Amino acid sequence: MTISIPPDKKESIEGLQPKGWFRYFSFSLDHKVIGLQYLVCGFIFYLIGGALASAIRIELTSPISDFMARDIYNQILTLHGTIMIFLWIVPVVNGAFGNYLIPFYVGARDMAFPRLNAIAFWLIPPAGLLLISSYFINGAAQSGWTAYPPLSITSPAAGQLIWILSVLLLGGSSIFGGINFIATILKLRRPGLKLMQLPMYCWAMLGTSILVVLSTPVLAGTLILLSFDIIAHTGFFNPALGGNAVIYQHLFWFYSHPAVYIMVLPAFGLVSEILPVHSRKPLFGYTTMVYSIMAIVLLGFVVWAHHMFTSGTPPWMRLFFTIATSFIAVPTGIKFFNWVATLWGGRISLNSAVLFSCGFIVNFVLGGITGVALAQVPFDIHVHDTYFVVAHFHYIVYGGSVFVIFSSIYHWYPKFTGRMLNESLGKFHFALTFIGFNLCFAPQHWLGLNGMPRRVAEYDPQFTFINQISSIGALIMALSTLPFLWNVFHSAFKGTIAGDNPWLALTPEWLTSSPPPVENWEGPAPLVTKPYGYGKSTASINKATTSSKEVEGS
Amino acid sequence: MTTLTQTEQSSTTEDLQQEEHADHRMFGLATFLVADGMTFAGFFAAYLTYKAVNPLLPDAIYELELPLPTLNTILLLVSSATFHRAGKALNNNEAKLCQRWLLITASLGIAFLASQMVEYFTLPFGLTDNVYASTFYALTGFHGLHVTLGTIMILIVWWQSRSPNGRVTSKNTFPLEAAELYWHFVDGIWVILFIILYLL
Amino acid sequence: MPKSSAIYIALLIIALLIGGTWIGQNVNLLPIDASTNASIYDELFKVLFSIGTILFLGMVGLVVYSLIRFRRKPGQIDDGIAIEDNLPLEIFWTAVPAIVILFVGLYSYDIYDRMGGMQTLNHDSEHHHQAMLNTQKIWGGIGSGSIESSTQNSMAELPIEVTALQFAFLFHYPQGDIISGELHVPIDQPVSMRLESKDVIHAFWVPEFRIKQDIIPGQPTVLNFTPTKAGRYPIICAELCGPYHGSMRSTVIVEEPKEYNEWFNKNAKEVITES
Repeated sequence: MTISIPPDKKESIEGLQPKGWFRYFSFSLDHKVIGLQYLVCGFIFYLIGGALASAIRIELTSPISDFMARDIYNQILTLHGTIMIFLWIVPVVNGAFGNYLIPFYVGARDMAFPRLNAIAFWLIPPAGLLLISSYFINGAAQSGWTAYPPLSITSPAAGQLIWILSVLLLGGSSIFGGINFIATILKLRRPGLKLMQLPMYCWAMLGTSILVVLSTPVLAGTLILLSFDIIAHTGFFNPALGGNAVIYQHLFWFYSHPAVYIMVLPAFGLVSEILPVHSRKPLFGYTTMVYSIMAIVLLGFVVWAHHMFTSGTPPWMRLFFTIATSFIAVPTGIKFFNWVATLWGGRISLNSAVLFSCGFIVNFVLGGITGVALAQVPFDIHVHDTYFVVAHFHYIVYGGSVFVIFSSIYHWYPKFTGRMLNESLGKFHFALTFIGFNLCFAPQHWLGLNGMPRRVAEYDPQFTFINQISSIGALIMALSTLPFLWNVFHSAFKGTIAGDNPWLALTPEWLTSSPPPVENWEGPAPLVTKPYGYGKSTASINKATTSSKEVEGS
Repeated sequence: MTTLTQTEQSSTTEDLQQEEHADHRMFGLATFLVADGMTFAGFFAAYLTYKAVNPLLPDAIYELELPLPTLNTILLLVSSATFHRAGKALNNNEAKLCQRWLLITASLGIAFLASQMVEYFTLPFGLTDNVYASTFYALTGFHGLHVTLGTIMILIVWWQSRSPNGRVTSKNTFPLEAAELYWHFVDGIWVILFIILYLL
Repeated sequence: MPKSSAIYIALLIIALLIGGTWIGQNVNLLPIDASTNASIYDELFKVLFSIGTILFLGMVGLVVYSLIRFRRKPGQIDDGIAIEDNLPLEIFWTAVPAIVILFVGLYSYDIYDRMGGMQTLNHDSEHHHQAMLNTQKIWGGIGSGSIESSTQNSMAELPIEVTALQFAFLFHYPQGDIISGELHVPIDQPVSMRLESKDVIHAFWVPEFRIKQDIIPGQPTVLNFTPTKAGRYPIICAELCGPYHGSMRSTVIVEEPKEYNEWFNKNAKEVITES
């Protein structure tokens, strides 16, 4: 066995790691275990959030409120939003893949602060259970995931306070994670590895973590003030006591708009890893990709008030936020053109990972176009708070981030487990998800334009048919989870053995065994200065199989 | 164990350095303080917006007394200097001197909290009187919480530096440096708070 | 690049531009336009829909084409060509979207201005609600109607006070001291509304007018519009306001001036006799 670290140190690290299945339920410090903990925990919450979404879609198959009580409906839509954002997408695109991949990418054996990392993860399950338990105790929060006061102050206090506590815990987890990623990417790089040689996901995570660290605390402070309004009857956001309800919206969206980038920037990074491998081409326009991520981060801080165009904001403010928001389309567009250019002229394997990534591109382009439209004040005034917006952000966070999460699972599952996922089931899963998703959300654009507001349990009878189509789409989406779950469980035991590098990829996580050892590499960390060096010399496919030895020496 | 002989890579020595990588805890703490600062920034922004858009509730209603907060500012600024002295003493391996400076710093922190309490009790408004009062208490209270935590940290560092086998020695200055960075941060926030809340 | 394929590409791009524009101009996704705002809004919508369709079809076409054309055929084991960047191309696809965005931004600014969004709100408040508002600041909303409407109609704006509460709208006509649960407005008459909430945030939305304004407790807002088509249109609360949010609705009835006056006189008289 080859090790390059002092023997006593190695022992102490390995001694800390529980073995076998138990380690996934333990306070493990191994970044790979923590990554998978994030992923599985997030997926469980995704199933819960999906069940809630199904309940919403069942209620909306008829124009009257008949499936559940109205206050229950509001609780369910609040829980659905909160769970999907704070317990599924944010922890998975950041925590799960970030923890698993970033140490490999920077050539480290673990994250900069392994203990903080484990704490950050273990804040999530209690916070999630707390949030869900509020439904059974005294009724969950019912003012939506935005919790706009005065509604959040006047609705039943217990559920709202539990909601605030839970979001504060999740925010803390997110900040700890962000600090860890920044320190790992900037400080833990293997000697000889330059910033501009890092895989794109590192850049995406660096940008995301900057957003997390700078914006999440503002949400935390805001929610603390909101809880004062509820408990101590202060009047920060309560106009009845001389407060100002719009200031809450400013503070809330100062976090919650960047939160959208916290959900999609890592997804952009993951797609940038997946497409070059499967199209056997270098990532097109690495430098412009890096700059566009940083441009999105910068612009992301100055666009929040586009959620408030109807909140009585002054005209100059609306104009400024229109322009700033529109310009986010430019760096985002660059990234999409770069991905298409990466595909162009490649040797694309049409596997599940690629299909989900391309599904992401298609969905996200539509979400981006409606996003630019929504940034225009006069356009937004009509469709704000309608199903048009519901459709838009589901195209961004589901059609965008969730498609990428599935793509990433198909791509990295062989690394996680050492076995391949079944491709036929994977393609079936993709087809169901893509059809179901578009059937569910595309018609909602029309609903919003024609007068259906969001967050309602009842609507005009003229919208019944389109809502039923949307619900059928939701049903297909729900069913699409079944082949996926079967695939994941079955392949874990019966899947074909993957080998160390089934995709013949060049990024460092593939240059070790599958699953990787606790120390990530048996030998010293490889120095990978060209993570996308496909097609550089003749037949790099053959080269990749031996590259783990070659790159070590370089 | 003779496994090291088996590694053939030229980068072995490099990797050894990598394993014993530098201590990044100060970097992590600094990043955390940036995040913490953003919480204050949110509060400040809210306060300034209230002041700008709510013409009925400016501080004109209450004339805030300046002497006590000015004294508080001086207390905290001096405590930053004394903490710095403590750090210097520790680096020079003068444990006794370091402990003395730490105690002085902690007393200044406690004095600050006491004077803040006096101010709270003499103020003509309560927490729920109006938005201005609420924001005033939220800001100063959140800052006071930071000072309390900082004082506790100083006392822990002081306790740990007393015994020669303690955690804080001239070889392990991290706990003291971390507490010091945090303390300077809390001071800096106070200066901004003082300017915004009392002077503007 | 061979000449013939260049021609095909050029033809494809032209077809895409024409097709996208045609779809954007001719596929109607909106309800009828019953206010002066609505027709201006629909102009913007058609432009955005055209640009969006062109972009969407173009991108989807590129992705699908790449996936089919460049898929790995059986037996292929080589890599793609190692193209890492192409400066002219990258400048092109940075500049073109930037120009399009700039155009869209300027155009929507113009639309917004025509809707009256850039008019100073203080002027507004002084002019209609002086009596009740001199202590309160008025918060945004669409300014007093559009340029088109003010040239067409020289008549004074009809002031209406809207009160929103869980879960209803109340409309008060100061001129006749009428309180109504439905909004009656005469056709082609500019209406100036002052909206106030009694409890939580609500929103006033009439899809056929393409206008929406949050009704915020403690911060009166203004909203002006000019109805152009007679009919009954729904008034919808668009901001989650509690369990019965979905049923918080009312109706706006746009009538010919004669019918409106009949309604007005009938109700105004009643109110007077009652009081």
